[in-house]
Amino acid sequence: MMPTTAIGLPHYDCIVIGGGHNGLVCAAYLARGGRSVLVLEAASQVGGAAITHEFAPGFRVSACAHLLHLMPGSIIKDLGLESRGLSLAADRMPTTAIAPDAAPLPIDPENPGVLAGLSGADAAAFAPYLARLRRLAEALHPVLDRAPPRLGTDSWQDRLALLRIGWRLRRLGRPDMRELLRIGGMCVQDLLDEHFETPLLKGALAFDAVLGTSAGPRSPGSVFPLLYRMAAEVQGGALAQPVGGLGALSDALARAALASGAAIRTGSMVQRILVREDRAAGVVLQSGEQISADNVISNADPKTTFLQLLGGEHLDTGFVRRIAHLRARGVTAKLHLALNALPQFTGLPDSALSGRLLLAPSLDYIERAFNHAKYREFSTAPIMEITLPTARDASLAPAGRHVLSAVVQYAPYQLAGGWQHQQARFADLVIDTLERCAPGLAASVLAVELLTPPDIERQFRISGGHWHHAELALDQFFIVRPVPGAAQYRTPVGGLYLCGAGSHPGGGVMGIAGRNAARALLREAA
Amino acid sequence: MLSESEPHYRQPLLKTPFHERARALSQVDSFIAWAGYTTVDVFTFVEQEYFAIRNATTLYDLTPMVKYRIAGLDALRFLNHLMTRDIGKLRCGRVAYSVWCNDDGHLIDDGTVFRLGDSEYRLCTGERQLDWLLDSAIGFDVQVSEVTEDTAALAVQGPTSCAVLRAFGLSGVERLKPFELAWFALPSTFGADSQLMISRTGFTGDLGYELWMRPEDAEDVWDGLMQAGRECAIRPIGSRALNMARIEAGFILPNVDFVSSSHTLQVETERSPIELGLEWLVDFNKGHFTGRRALLEEQRRGPRRRLVGLDIEGNKPAHNALLYADKYGRKAIGSVSSATWSPTCKRNIALAMVDAPHMATGQKIWAEIYLNRELVWERRMARAQVVERPFFAPERRRATPPADY
Repeated sequence: MMPTTAIGLPHYDCIVIGGGHNGLVCAAYLARGGRSVLVLEAASQVGGAAITHEFAPGFRVSACAHLLHLMPGSIIKDLGLESRGLSLAADRMPTTAIAPDAAPLPIDPENPGVLAGLSGADAAAFAPYLARLRRLAEALHPVLDRAPPRLGTDSWQDRLALLRIGWRLRRLGRPDMRELLRIGGMCVQDLLDEHFETPLLKGALAFDAVLGTSAGPRSPGSVFPLLYRMAAEVQGGALAQPVGGLGALSDALARAALASGAAIRTGSMVQRILVREDRAAGVVLQSGEQISADNVISNADPKTTFLQLLGGEHLDTGFVRRIAHLRARGVTAKLHLALNALPQFTGLPDSALSGRLLLAPSLDYIERAFNHAKYREFSTAPIMEITLPTARDASLAPAGRHVLSAVVQYAPYQLAGGWQHQQARFADLVIDTLERCAPGLAASVLAVELLTPPDIERQFRISGGHWHHAELALDQFFIVRPVPGAAQYRTPVGGLYLCGAGSHPGGGVMGIAGRNAARALLREAA
Repeated sequence: MLSESEPHYRQPLLKTPFHERARALSQVDSFIAWAGYTTVDVFTFVEQEYFAIRNATTLYDLTPMVKYRIAGLDALRFLNHLMTRDIGKLRCGRVAYSVWCNDDGHLIDDGTVFRLGDSEYRLCTGERQLDWLLDSAIGFDVQVSEVTEDTAALAVQGPTSCAVLRAFGLSGVERLKPFELAWFALPSTFGADSQLMISRTGFTGDLGYELWMRPEDAEDVWDGLMQAGRECAIRPIGSRALNMARIEAGFILPNVDFVSSSHTLQVETERSPIELGLEWLVDFNKGHFTGRRALLEEQRRGPRRRLVGLDIEGNKPAHNALLYADKYGRKAIGSVSSATWSPTCKRNIALAMVDAPHMATGQKIWAEIYLNRELVWERRMARAQVVERPFFAPERRRATPPADY
């Protein structure tokens, strides 16, 4: 039953703007907390960037992120996602480094056989290296899980949160704590050079540090995204692929939200957040319809939320300035290929095809690819994370046909000369690059879709087309994500909250920002 | 303006369009830097210039005031978001004094807003702050541009200033009410359609006007006024004499009575409009403006300190004096930011920041004054009393039309 005001107009405790995975998680937790909740999604289906879409007749693919490994088990369990349709087509997916001119290298510390053939020292160093990073990541993990504390307040909650983090770090012991402080702001190339000599291994390990960020292996602070990813994996687990793609996760989240009592409306684009007496009071849809609410929680990115939906007039200039300065320009493109056969990567066993393939043959190769992005050019030799979803999930393509899904870097949002006339050239270049690793692939292509950051901005309404809503780096993390004054999910405007990837802990299909935002709201009202 | 012959780095201070006239009349060669320009501190001696403000007519070159043109559909919404005052109440042809704050509700600067048209305003302020204005304009359909060098400005202040302006040929100026502005045709010698804008504004607390003109008209206007004002003993003044007058009028001066929050290094030295006694400029009912939430909180909590007027015993100005609750200087409760002997009021006056328990009118406190007597320093504890501002507010500053005297 739709809640109404005294005069019969719809009124909710909470309106969630945007039905991305964080918005749905937030709505589900709010509804479980007894609130009347309405999720408003502009697109015709929920999921935001975590959707499965048909890019060619009969061919479906996860539109942005194509792997699930960061969502905490506790959210999956709390919301009963497994009983609501989430099942894994592939779990514990192996990672293999590929290169046009070298044999594939499995990235597997437990089976370092192939690596040992290249470098005995690297094979011996790999497991201890990963073990130490995992210890550091585990100590950092509580940082990700909770709302960041505020500094300089008298609140015992803030102090307790800081103490808890300090205690976890202290428990690491002196050698590990020193190592964390040493490498925390370092560039990933220096770290990898300390441990390894095999270019293919170093390239693959550096890939996860620069994935989705405007950084190369020699960029300062590039170890941080790697630690972040590993810390998120502490709860999330191994790389996995849901049956039906990432959209199946969003569908399960939507069912969970509905089951908890939330309402969801798709095709309902919010144009403006209503403010009355300095408090969020509801939203105006593009259709002109007004819906009132006591709280508005935005799953949109911070720039869209504050500068477009809310408007600078409701904010202080210093805050607007910080939002305007938020670094949020994507460098990541997504390539989808419809194929009439499973591609054959040179030297790659078929079993590896159901895992993820990293094309980043060396640190220099990645850095050169990144160089282009600095000058607003696309990489002429891009790096890629490739999956073949149909290797494990035949439902995504017509019988016997296949889908290739690749995350491609670097493709800067603000390409010099614009994307309009260069997009096809970049797509050809990416396919050529793949062809060199998998001869014959180009001939089997039936359809191509390349989503550049401007496409991602348009299709998923993410300002700057950045998957993480805001660059994930030390200067935009934790107590300063997205900016001071909005880092605890609350915003300067009463009753307005953020719950998207622009908030702590950030991007990736994780759902923690959604859950933390719901907790912040429920605690405030309690 | 830069001269053609010398590179800019050899003359780091700009000269105003009145500079040559001012230099010719300067007897003590006392110039100071103001907002990137060289301007006169003292022409002859301070007392003479001060008495001209209160008894005759004075010219003061305020060209260095930074001027911004603010225009566009959202000009009003922009200004209301920037400023604490409700600019929506400002009619065309009127001027308003206002302040603006950072997010913490701490003063960035004060200035005057001139409404020149339906959606065109001019902002006059002491310091450059285009970056803050442009960031404040994010999301508004408004153009903000600095026009400081496009306009020469001259303050004509004193009891006979209206008479001088009329003698100069600006008939009708007597109808201007305080805080009104209007355009006037310049005498025919200036060319067919030369005009200037006059606002009945000023920093002296006396009858007076501010003239805004094209730089190329500046010297002729100066000459014409000096000629027209000869019988009224017109004279140019420097910043020192103006400072005495503005303290009598109770006006605050940036970087003297408060430091802009865009320059402070310590947040404790920043000042809110409530602390500066400017709460009458803060309109909480007009909608959001930068600093509103912080100021509401401060209003709820009550200010910790306040800028007050002081009447101090004796005739030695209490420059920079520390203030105490007791004669023995055991408990410091604030300090003086501006002080002067007021020749007109015959009182030793000051503006001071005083801690909350002592800021009410009538409170008796002590000022620690240091006196230099022929290079021998003496310390004197003087009685002081918190008093209302302004110290001097003659009826003539408001009378329309003003008397000729």
